[in-house]
Amino acid sequence: MAEHYSSFTEGGRLWLWQRITAAFLVVVLAFHFFLLHFVYHADEVTFGLSAARMQTWTYYSLMVLFLITATFHGVNGVYNALINQGLTGTKRQVVKWTLVVASGILLVQGIRTANAWAGIGVF
Amino acid sequence: MSQSYNRGTIESFGRWREFSAGMWAWIFHKFTGWVLVGYLFTHIAVLSTAIEGAEMYTNTIVTLEGLLLVRILEVGLLAVAVFHILNGLRLLLVDLGIGLESQDKSFYASVILTGAITVASVPTFIAGAF
Repeated sequence: MAEHYSSFTEGGRLWLWQRITAAFLVVVLAFHFFLLHFVYHADEVTFGLSAARMQTWTYYSLMVLFLITATFHGVNGVYNALINQGLTGTKRQVVKWTLVVASGILLVQGIRTANAWAGIGVF
Repeated sequence: MSQSYNRGTIESFGRWREFSAGMWAWIFHKFTGWVLVGYLFTHIAVLSTAIEGAEMYTNTIVTLEGLLLVRILEVGLLAVAVFHILNGLRLLLVDLGIGLESQDKSFYASVILTGAITVASVPTFIAGAF
Protein backbone atom coordinates (compact mmCIF):
# COMPACT_ATOMS: atom_id res chain seq x y z
CA MET A 1 0.00 0.00 0.00
CA ALA A 2 1.19 3.48 -0.77
CA GLU A 3 2.68 5.34 2.19
CA HIS A 4 0.62 8.01 3.86
CA TYR A 5 2.14 11.35 2.95
CA SER A 6 0.39 14.54 3.95
CA SER A 7 1.10 17.66 5.97
CA PHE A 8 -2.37 17.25 7.51
CA THR A 9 -2.89 15.24 10.68
CA GLU A 10 -4.34 11.82 9.92
CA GLY A 11 -8.00 11.66 10.91
CA GLY A 12 -8.11 15.46 11.22
CA ARG A 13 -10.76 17.72 9.73
CA LEU A 14 -8.46 20.53 8.44
CA TRP A 15 -7.93 18.69 5.14
CA LEU A 16 -11.68 18.58 4.57
CA TRP A 17 -12.19 22.23 5.55
CA GLN A 18 -9.39 23.29 3.17
CA ARG A 19 -11.40 21.60 0.34
CA ILE A 20 -14.80 22.93 1.46
CA THR A 21 -13.49 26.51 1.64
CA ALA A 22 -11.75 25.98 -1.73
CA ALA A 23 -15.05 25.02 -3.40
CA PHE A 24 -16.71 28.17 -1.96
CA LEU A 25 -13.77 30.46 -2.78
CA VAL A 26 -13.51 29.33 -6.40
CA VAL A 27 -16.97 30.79 -7.01
CA VAL A 28 -16.83 33.85 -4.75
CA LEU A 29 -13.31 34.97 -5.75
CA ALA A 30 -14.31 34.81 -9.43
CA PHE A 31 -17.50 36.79 -8.60
CA HIS A 32 -15.46 39.35 -6.60
CA PHE A 33 -13.07 39.98 -9.51
CA PHE A 34 -15.90 40.10 -12.04
CA LEU A 35 -18.04 42.53 -10.01
CA LEU A 36 -15.24 44.90 -8.98
CA HIS A 37 -13.31 45.02 -12.24
CA PHE A 38 -15.81 44.32 -15.02
CA VAL A 39 -19.18 45.54 -13.70
CA TYR A 40 -17.63 48.39 -11.70
CA HIS A 41 -14.24 49.73 -12.76
CA ALA A 42 -11.06 50.61 -10.88
CA ASP A 43 -11.21 54.32 -11.76
CA GLU A 44 -14.81 54.67 -10.48
CA VAL A 45 -14.28 53.50 -6.88
CA THR A 46 -15.73 55.76 -4.18
CA PHE A 47 -16.70 55.25 -0.55
CA GLY A 48 -20.36 55.79 -1.54
CA LEU A 49 -20.38 52.97 -4.12
CA SER A 50 -18.70 50.53 -1.70
CA ALA A 51 -21.10 51.58 1.08
CA ALA A 52 -24.16 51.11 -1.17
CA ARG A 53 -23.14 47.51 -1.86
CA MET A 54 -22.23 46.76 1.76
CA GLN A 55 -25.53 48.15 3.09
CA THR A 56 -27.26 45.25 1.35
CA TRP A 57 -27.35 42.45 3.94
CA THR A 58 -26.88 39.65 1.41
CA TYR A 59 -23.72 41.34 0.05
CA TYR A 60 -22.45 42.15 3.56
CA SER A 61 -22.97 38.53 4.69
CA LEU A 62 -21.32 37.14 1.56
CA MET A 63 -18.29 39.41 2.00
CA VAL A 64 -17.88 38.56 5.70
CA LEU A 65 -18.10 34.84 4.85
CA PHE A 66 -15.62 35.47 1.99
CA LEU A 67 -13.21 37.11 4.47
CA ILE A 68 -13.51 34.26 6.98
CA THR A 69 -13.09 31.45 4.41
CA ALA A 70 -10.26 33.23 2.55
CA THR A 71 -8.40 33.86 5.82
CA PHE A 72 -8.76 30.24 6.91
CA HIS A 73 -7.87 28.82 3.48
CA GLY A 74 -4.89 31.14 3.00
CA VAL A 75 -3.40 30.88 6.46
CA ASN A 76 -3.97 27.12 6.69
CA GLY A 77 -2.38 26.79 3.25
CA VAL A 78 0.69 28.74 4.37
CA TYR A 79 0.94 26.64 7.55
CA ASN A 80 0.84 23.39 5.58
CA ALA A 81 3.32 24.67 2.99
CA LEU A 82 5.75 25.43 5.85
CA ILE A 83 5.21 21.96 7.33
CA ASN A 84 5.97 20.50 3.88
CA GLN A 85 9.26 22.41 4.00
CA GLY A 86 10.15 20.68 7.26
CA LEU A 87 8.80 22.98 9.99
CA THR A 88 8.65 21.07 13.28
CA GLY A 89 8.84 21.39 17.08
CA THR A 90 8.93 24.75 18.83
CA LYS A 91 9.28 26.67 15.56
CA ARG A 92 6.09 25.00 14.33
CA GLN A 93 4.22 26.09 17.49
CA VAL A 94 5.54 29.67 17.21
CA VAL A 95 4.53 29.87 13.53
CA LYS A 96 1.14 28.31 14.27
CA TRP A 97 0.23 30.81 16.98
CA THR A 98 1.65 33.75 15.03
CA LEU A 99 -0.63 32.79 12.14
CA VAL A 100 -3.60 32.39 14.49
CA VAL A 101 -3.03 35.89 15.94
CA ALA A 102 -2.48 37.41 12.45
CA SER A 103 -5.73 35.79 11.27
CA GLY A 104 -7.59 37.21 14.26
CA ILE A 105 -6.31 40.74 13.56
CA LEU A 106 -7.19 40.40 9.86
CA LEU A 107 -10.74 39.24 10.65
CA VAL A 108 -11.36 42.01 13.19
CA GLN A 109 -10.00 44.71 10.88
CA GLY A 110 -11.92 43.31 7.88
CA ILE A 111 -15.22 43.22 9.75
CA ARG A 112 -14.63 46.73 11.18
CA THR A 113 -14.12 47.93 7.58
CA ALA A 114 -17.29 46.20 6.36
CA ASN A 115 -19.17 47.76 9.31
CA ALA A 116 -17.85 51.23 8.42
CA TRP A 117 -19.32 50.86 4.91
CA ALA A 118 -22.55 49.28 6.14
CA GLY A 119 -23.11 52.09 8.64
CA ILE A 120 -22.88 49.72 11.59
CA GLY A 121 -20.93 51.05 14.56
CA VAL A 122 -17.16 50.49 14.28
CA PHE A 123 -15.86 49.22 17.61
CA MET B 1 -1.18 -3.11 -7.36
CA SER B 2 -0.21 0.03 -5.53
CA GLN B 3 3.26 0.16 -4.05
CA SER B 4 5.32 2.49 -1.95
CA TYR B 5 8.15 4.34 -3.60
CA ASN B 6 10.82 6.78 -2.58
CA ARG B 7 9.82 10.05 -4.20
CA GLY B 8 12.92 11.79 -2.80
CA THR B 9 12.71 15.27 -1.39
CA ILE B 10 10.27 16.88 -3.77
CA GLU B 11 10.67 20.13 -1.83
CA SER B 12 14.25 20.21 -3.09
CA PHE B 13 13.77 22.87 -5.77
CA GLY B 14 17.31 22.30 -7.04
CA ARG B 15 15.86 19.30 -8.92
CA TRP B 16 13.61 21.55 -11.04
CA ARG B 17 14.92 20.17 -14.35
CA GLU B 18 13.43 16.79 -13.41
CA PHE B 19 10.01 18.21 -12.53
CA SER B 20 6.96 16.90 -14.39
CA ALA B 21 3.72 18.77 -15.18
CA GLY B 22 2.20 17.72 -11.84
CA MET B 23 5.20 19.07 -9.94
CA TRP B 24 5.05 22.41 -11.78
CA ALA B 25 1.33 22.58 -10.96
CA TRP B 26 2.20 22.01 -7.28
CA ILE B 27 4.87 24.76 -7.34
CA PHE B 28 2.63 27.26 -9.20
CA HIS B 29 -0.23 26.53 -6.80
CA LYS B 30 2.03 27.19 -3.79
CA PHE B 31 3.48 30.36 -5.35
CA THR B 32 0.08 31.79 -6.32
CA GLY B 33 -1.26 30.84 -2.88
CA TRP B 34 1.54 32.77 -1.13
CA VAL B 35 0.88 35.81 -3.36
CA LEU B 36 -2.88 35.68 -2.71
CA VAL B 37 -2.58 35.39 1.08
CA GLY B 38 -0.01 38.22 1.09
CA TYR B 39 -2.38 40.31 -1.00
CA LEU B 40 -5.32 39.52 1.32
CA PHE B 41 -3.51 41.19 4.24
CA THR B 42 -2.48 44.16 2.05
CA HIS B 43 -6.01 44.46 0.63
CA ILE B 44 -7.64 44.67 4.08
CA ALA B 45 -4.99 47.17 5.24
CA VAL B 46 -5.77 49.49 2.29
CA LEU B 47 -9.56 49.03 2.51
CA SER B 48 -9.55 49.74 6.25
CA THR B 49 -8.83 53.40 5.48
CA ALA B 50 -12.67 53.41 5.18
CA ILE B 51 -12.75 53.32 9.00
CA GLU B 52 -11.09 56.78 9.00
CA GLY B 53 -13.89 58.22 6.87
CA ALA B 54 -15.29 58.50 3.36
CA GLU B 55 -12.83 61.12 2.12
CA MET B 56 -9.79 59.25 3.38
CA TYR B 57 -10.92 56.03 1.67
CA THR B 58 -11.88 57.60 -1.65
CA ASN B 59 -8.65 59.64 -1.83
CA THR B 60 -6.52 56.56 -1.02
CA ILE B 61 -8.17 54.40 -3.69
CA VAL B 62 -8.26 57.13 -6.35
CA THR B 63 -4.54 57.86 -5.75
CA LEU B 64 -3.57 54.17 -5.93
CA GLU B 65 -5.74 53.40 -8.98
CA GLY B 66 -4.27 56.44 -10.74
CA LEU B 67 -0.84 54.80 -10.73
CA LEU B 68 -0.06 52.73 -13.83
CA LEU B 69 2.18 50.47 -11.72
CA VAL B 70 -0.77 49.55 -9.50
CA ARG B 71 -2.90 48.72 -12.56
CA ILE B 72 -0.13 46.49 -13.94
CA LEU B 73 0.21 44.77 -10.55
CA GLU B 74 -3.58 44.21 -10.62
CA VAL B 75 -3.24 42.42 -13.97
CA GLY B 76 -0.58 40.24 -12.32
CA LEU B 77 -2.92 39.61 -9.40
CA LEU B 78 -5.66 38.57 -11.83
CA ALA B 79 -3.29 36.08 -13.50
CA VAL B 80 -2.31 34.66 -10.11
CA ALA B 81 -5.96 34.39 -8.96
CA VAL B 82 -7.21 32.84 -12.21
CA PHE B 83 -4.48 30.19 -12.18
CA HIS B 84 -5.12 29.40 -8.49
CA ILE B 85 -8.89 29.08 -9.22
CA LEU B 86 -8.45 26.87 -12.31
CA ASN B 87 -5.75 24.68 -10.79
CA GLY B 88 -7.80 24.54 -7.57
CA LEU B 89 -10.77 23.19 -9.56
CA ARG B 90 -8.39 20.65 -11.12
CA LEU B 91 -7.22 19.60 -7.63
CA LEU B 92 -10.79 19.32 -6.31
CA LEU B 93 -11.71 17.08 -9.25
CA VAL B 94 -8.60 14.92 -8.80
CA ASP B 95 -9.44 14.61 -5.07
CA LEU B 96 -12.87 13.31 -6.14
CA GLY B 97 -11.16 10.78 -8.41
CA ILE B 98 -12.00 12.61 -11.64
CA GLY B 99 -9.36 13.20 -14.31
CA LEU B 100 -6.31 11.78 -12.55
CA GLU B 101 -5.12 10.11 -15.79
CA SER B 102 -5.19 13.43 -17.64
CA GLN B 103 -3.94 15.65 -14.80
CA ASP B 104 -0.99 16.82 -16.92
CA LYS B 105 -3.30 17.92 -19.74
CA SER B 106 -5.61 19.75 -17.31
CA PHE B 107 -2.55 21.59 -15.91
CA TYR B 108 -1.56 22.75 -19.41
CA ALA B 109 -5.18 23.78 -20.03
CA SER B 110 -5.15 25.80 -16.76
CA VAL B 111 -1.99 27.64 -17.85
CA ILE B 112 -3.30 28.39 -21.36
CA LEU B 113 -6.72 29.52 -20.09
CA THR B 114 -5.05 31.72 -17.44
CA GLY B 115 -2.97 33.38 -20.16
CA ALA B 116 -6.00 33.91 -22.40
CA ILE B 117 -8.21 35.38 -19.64
CA THR B 118 -5.39 37.64 -18.42
CA VAL B 119 -4.57 39.01 -21.88
CA ALA B 120 -8.28 39.55 -22.66
CA SER B 121 -8.70 41.46 -19.37
CA VAL B 122 -5.82 43.90 -19.87
CA PRO B 123 -7.90 46.64 -21.62
CA THR B 124 -10.50 46.59 -18.78
CA PHE B 125 -7.86 46.64 -16.05
CA ILE B 126 -5.85 49.47 -17.61
CA ALA B 127 -8.87 51.64 -18.59
CA GLY B 128 -8.74 55.14 -17.14
CA ALA B 129 -5.12 54.86 -15.96
CA PHE B 130 -3.85 57.33 -18.58
